[in-house]
Amino acid sequence: MSSLNAKNKDAFHALASERSGSKGPKARRRNCARPMAPGTAVGGCAFDGAKVALQPITDVAHLIHGPLACEGNSWDNRGAASSGPTLWRTSFTTDLTEIDIVMGHSERRLFKAIREIKDGYAPAAIFVYSTCVTAMIGDDIDVVCKRATDEFALPVVPVNAPGFVGSKNLGNKLAGEALLKHVIGTVEPDEPGLCDINILGEFNLSGEFWQVKPLLHRLGIRVRACIPGDARYLQVASAHRSRAAMTVCSTAFVTLARKMQERWDIPFFEGSFYGISGTSEALRRIADLLVKKGADPSLLHRTEILVAEEEEKVWKRLEAYRPRLEGKRVLLNTGGVKSWSVVHALMEIGMEIVGTSVKKSTLEDRERVKQTLKEENLLFESMSPRELFSLLLERKADIMLSGGRTQYIALKAKLPWLDINQERHHAYAGYEGIVQLARQIDLAIHNPVWPQVREPAPWEPALVVEKRAKREA
Amino acid sequence: MARVVSQTKSAAVNPLKSSQPLGAAFAFLGVDGAIPLLHGSQGCTSFALALLARHFNEAIPLQTTAMNEAAIIVGGADRLEEAILSLKARTRPRLIGICTTASVEARDEDVVGDVENIKRRRAIELVGTEVVVANTPDFDGAIEEGWSKAVTAVIEATARPDKQYRNPRKIAILPGWNLTVADIEHLRETAVSFGLDPVILPDVSGALDGSIPEEWMPITNGGTKLQEIRDLGATMQCIAIGEHMRRPAEALQRLTGVPYVLFRSLTGLENVDRFIRVLAAMSRKQTPLNVRRNRMQLQDAMLDGHSHMAGKKIAIASEPDQLFQLSNFFAAMGAEIAAAVTTTGTSKALEMVPAKTVKVGDLSDLESLAAMADLIVTHSHGREAARRLGVPLMRVGFPMFDRFGSQHKLTVLYRGTRDVIFDFANIIQANHPPNPGPLDSTDRRESQ
Ligand code: SF4
Repeated sequence: MSSLNAKNKDAFHALASERSGSKGPKARRRNCARPMAPGTAVGGCAFDGAKVALQPITDVAHLIHGPLACEGNSWDNRGAASSGPTLWRTSFTTDLTEIDIVMGHSERRLFKAIREIKDGYAPAAIFVYSTCVTAMIGDDIDVVCKRATDEFALPVVPVNAPGFVGSKNLGNKLAGEALLKHVIGTVEPDEPGLCDINILGEFNLSGEFWQVKPLLHRLGIRVRACIPGDARYLQVASAHRSRAAMTVCSTAFVTLARKMQERWDIPFFEGSFYGISGTSEALRRIADLLVKKGADPSLLHRTEILVAEEEEKVWKRLEAYRPRLEGKRVLLNTGGVKSWSVVHALMEIGMEIVGTSVKKSTLEDRERVKQTLKEENLLFESMSPRELFSLLLERKADIMLSGGRTQYIALKAKLPWLDINQERHHAYAGYEGIVQLARQIDLAIHNPVWPQVREPAPWEPALVVEKRAKREA
Repeated sequence: MARVVSQTKSAAVNPLKSSQPLGAAFAFLGVDGAIPLLHGSQGCTSFALALLARHFNEAIPLQTTAMNEAAIIVGGADRLEEAILSLKARTRPRLIGICTTASVEARDEDVVGDVENIKRRRAIELVGTEVVVANTPDFDGAIEEGWSKAVTAVIEATARPDKQYRNPRKIAILPGWNLTVADIEHLRETAVSFGLDPVILPDVSGALDGSIPEEWMPITNGGTKLQEIRDLGATMQCIAIGEHMRRPAEALQRLTGVPYVLFRSLTGLENVDRFIRVLAAMSRKQTPLNVRRNRMQLQDAMLDGHSHMAGKKIAIASEPDQLFQLSNFFAAMGAEIAAAVTTTGTSKALEMVPAKTVKVGDLSDLESLAAMADLIVTHSHGREAARRLGVPLMRVGFPMFDRFGSQHKLTVLYRGTRDVIFDFANIIQANHPPNPGPLDSTDRRESQ
């Protein structure tokens, strides 16, 4: 592969100088703030982050340009829900072979793949993702996408976030850039309204945004674009005509929100639909922004009425769980993006937080967690499984809430665990969601399997049993 | 003999394949005290890890060299060294199994040379830890080839080449990736019941069988011991299972002179009979009673099950050896292989698949070929296609993330074949209620 090698090396250098040229040193440092150390950790790559952030746009064909692994090992692993199109769940990749790479056929193959997808699946648009190898060998997906857009009269959007440029978080940001550059603002909506909003960074996992949407509808607020959860391409493309915006997952799309504010004067705030006060607060602030932008001021009043009604209802429903959960000790390891909102929600139902990770949180998020918990040493950065394992035992956690990746740490420690990341099966948003969360935690903690699995084996000598009992006490 | 049809599309739609480095990592997980290290950007590892964890419902030790932009430009040797040393210091593994990925391979990096250098320079720090490299670019092969390359690499790096005393009771068994934890346990028990002493490489039955250690383990816990691999030369005979295990078996023979026999499949009466005959010959022992009993139970299951299977159209998609294993079995039960799709086209096993053609392709190919099938046989990703077509799905292979207990299912030898028949017949029955039984049919005739 020596001819390839020469080509590659040029491409690397071009890529490198272009990148460092296009960003100030500050921006670069921010991206590299937490570099991955070899042999100590595993986290998603930028491509992962970009795909996660865009894939729930449901009527788009997402085409991954690279060798098999990037897509083949990762497709069909997320629980976002769609109210209509299912195209986003079909996986497309150019699945490059050695021959494509050596012979320099990869761009041509990409173009053909775009045509095949257009002919076979009639998507609203095609998003093309670069990956490490295709970026490395210098494939110019911008050019290919441009040509395909012209030739097929179909939006073909390049997403430049090859894995090696950085973390999943950076990938989220690059996804936002792609939308800003190629999608948002390209279509004018028929009937823009005074109460149109955008929700950014909401993924509609397990369909949880549908627990919030009806609340907004009752207030006469229309979600023009929820990006990316359950979105359609046209909604995203016309999102620039909304009057206000809310970002939900603060690291994913906050830059996008800021730029949309600059470009189209759409004010935004960072909020959350997790927890009772979080939800109420979010509704109030949406109403507030809309009124400031010219919506009927009665919206504020109507919002207060709705909040009061809903809160009363939800507290009543939570009463049943309070005695069962009060004082139970929770360890949170969520990857950080939702930590403060979940922390808040759990404290609302009387649980005690014995630790929370903030490894992916923004500085503001960290401050929020700190203020809520009032104790700094409960915050921890990324932790090795072994450390997490001991922390669970040391702090006598009653349950761990985390993503699927760390579940076995809790389960092998014979401790209850609940999935609150992307693979979870329950919806936790809005007033409805907090009741569901309480119910699931209750079920997990009080499951009769725990005393059973902790029971010593019949053949274990009494001495060992005693020792363990002492350790656990 | 099947004709192998290669891919003509430019896009893979709903991939059937999992990548080659994942296959290699999977194999390394079958060595005791090991940690697989993917050499490439971090995302590859994260995806492979998540997929393996979803399949096994287990924590999986897997590490990355986390190649970043700079490393992609200047090369990954430093990252590799850093990763190896840090892993060694923190987790004290007995084996670090390096699997290269597309990004290092496309740069044409000499990873084997890099590792040699690192080993030389860091000889003292690395005492007690073997470091092994499998070249597994993602743009080539799939699980099966990755698995085969990793086993070959372990043998080449650790098996002692000098002439050793051959223990007539000792045999080496090299199982393919498609054998489950239960299969491996059953193989071992069967060999032991013949009075043989098997070394199984890789042996995923230790680390991935769902047992709960007292302490948190950052490396594999259970599996083939390194010492056993070093001493492979002391075995009388090697048994390789699956065409893809020919490569490691040959490596062992080249190195130590231990001869091998290859079984393409251990599923189906005839295949198992042949295997049992080999065990009997090697051990010079009568076939134990429980094995004989198992054979009778299988015969009975074949008699009971065959009518449900006769003439049924099966659409199957898997890695070459598993495709051969299952299609060979289905055909032997009177079913028809209506569609066969596989991941890569190079395996010799493909020609032996009892179908007119074998398509190298993806799950959308399977879907377009399976419309008229009675049963789809593939991994969990096939669920959408099966739902769309309204054809029942029998889940096999990797990944299996929407069913529990895939590793505790038996698929080989008499008992495994019997279980597969039951599985198959039950799925068919649940979806196509059998013709009314004799009692019922008289009633019907009267009422008509
Ligand atoms: S790190 Fe690069 S090669 Fe690996 S999955 Fe991410 S984009 Fe693909």
